[in-house]
Amino acid sequence: MSPLLRLILQRLGLALISLLLVSVVVFLITAVLPGDAAQELLGQDATPETLAALRTQMGLDQPLPLRYLHWLGGLVTGNPGRSLVSDAPVMELIGNRLPNSLLLAAVTAVIAVPLALLLGTLAAVFRGGWLDRLLNNGAVVLVSVPEFLIATLAVLLLSVKLGWLPALSYASDIDSLSGAARVFVMPVLTLCCVVVAQMMRMTRAALADQLDAPYIEMARLKGVPPLRLVLREAMPNAIGPIANAVALSTSYLLGGVIIVETIFHYPGVAKLMVDGVSQRDMPLVQTCTMIFCAGYLLLVLIADVIGILANPRLRHAR
Amino acid sequence: MNASVPARSASAASARRRSGVFGLGVPGTLGLLVILAWLLVALAAPSWISAGAQDIGGLPVFAPAQIGHWLGADYLGRDMLARVLLGARYTVVVALVAAVGASAVGTGFALLAAVSGGWLDTVLSRGMDTLISIPSKLFALIMVAAFGTSVPLLVTTAAVIYVPGAYRIARALAVNVAALDYVVVARTRGESRWYLMLHEVLPNIAAPMLVDLGLRFVYVVLLLASLSFLGLGVQPPAADWGTLVRENLGALWEGGLAVVAPALAIATLTMAVNLVVDALPGRDARKAVR
Repeated sequence: MSPLLRLILQRLGLALISLLLVSVVVFLITAVLPGDAAQELLGQDATPETLAALRTQMGLDQPLPLRYLHWLGGLVTGNPGRSLVSDAPVMELIGNRLPNSLLLAAVTAVIAVPLALLLGTLAAVFRGGWLDRLLNNGAVVLVSVPEFLIATLAVLLLSVKLGWLPALSYASDIDSLSGAARVFVMPVLTLCCVVVAQMMRMTRAALADQLDAPYIEMARLKGVPPLRLVLREAMPNAIGPIANAVALSTSYLLGGVIIVETIFHYPGVAKLMVDGVSQRDMPLVQTCTMIFCAGYLLLVLIADVIGILANPRLRHAR
Repeated sequence: MNASVPARSASAASARRRSGVFGLGVPGTLGLLVILAWLLVALAAPSWISAGAQDIGGLPVFAPAQIGHWLGADYLGRDMLARVLLGARYTVVVALVAAVGASAVGTGFALLAAVSGGWLDTVLSRGMDTLISIPSKLFALIMVAAFGTSVPLLVTTAAVIYVPGAYRIARALAVNVAALDYVVVARTRGESRWYLMLHEVLPNIAAPMLVDLGLRFVYVVLLLASLSFLGLGVQPPAADWGTLVRENLGALWEGGLAVVAPALAIATLTMAVNLVVDALPGRDARKAVR
């Protein structure tokens, strides 16, 4: 087996272990409660007998490790149980919403990632200049205000003052092209503000590190033209840290999605989860959490692998 | 004992270079003043604002700004200025307690891990790595789903979420310090683990950890405001600034002052902390280990 493949498989294994440990944490937080799901379901006027019967039926009288294995088995086989509120299978509820959330995330990523890379590169190249300071100050402002403020201001400006867009989005309008544009503009705009600010700062830091290195100074003295200097000399060494930055920024994308789907009534998984939390619908919340964590860890893993592939020292056997 | 002559002259030099209180420079001093002002409001507002300011229907719904009611009225006709000032204690104090808690616990575990090494370090670091791989808002949502939204629980939730981040920074700093000669000497001298943690390592990571505390405070403010905005944070009739934004969203169509005012309050607080953090001397040391 090539060392590269071994390295990648090793990372994959570590990611799976992380996910397993995360599942233990999620299970412990949501399962070790004073009041359990049976009590929640029956309410205040449950008799001890019906409570005990339901507990047995739901498997709540079994020891904790056994319950965990049962729960994990259900998750892995795609059968995490039924919603406590609507009694529909959790997988069906999530399956209906997941494409909407993925679409929102994808549209945001397609716009935000190139924009952030471009702005971050410009800021790094002209570091210390007015553009760098402008971008940096703008980013600091954007990351120190909550996402809902950006979303609120977007509504205030685009819907209320200018009247260009509806304040709420409904995915049923996606059928026509103009409808889709109207539905997506404000959620995507808000998410982009948050994600671009984070990603741009990290891109700038990673590239600026390289541009300050002695070998760039050497290349400059040799007369390498500026564009080539940035793209051919510095960029390959910055790809790893930048991929990492992009992956870490998806954590902010996730946080942003939770807020944005709620404020714009966008029918995605995050909105489903927030509703689940306010109704204390544990099977739904647990499953949504695990899906989000798995997605996040997958992106971090991809970034890790890109970093490995981009690093020539790791590409060749010693 | 440790404050040797070179250290003192270095701080004197930086004080000469930079103006403002504690050598924070002008932006840093400004930030500090804003933070102190909000802290004062948070502590004093409850005893200082008359109960009448909270009367429902005292003013027309979403009344515009006017003399005596400088920020207009909220969705129930209550004076918005009083609501914002009273909300300060839920945002500022709750976030401060949570951030200090997270920082203290994280630093404590980190000192223990760095000084002990071995399996304890491995177990602690592995556990913290697991917690850190759950995105913070998601973590907050499952904690709220499981344990509810009373104020003490929100403080605990926010503290637990940011312990791993503080631990990671503090451990990276502490491991470097624990490997230095004078710590090795103290260890050889037979000093206790407790003494090594508190007297040898802690003083040398305190400055960057203060910076980290500031950043963590900002994270907690934003997280709690977001939770409240989702309706999963501080519950009415109590209201932090996030709740105020949520309950007055209808004002967007009537000029928006009742929405913008609490949102701006959050922004002034977080930006002020950022300004102070940028001016603190431990900033570069924290950045170096990130």
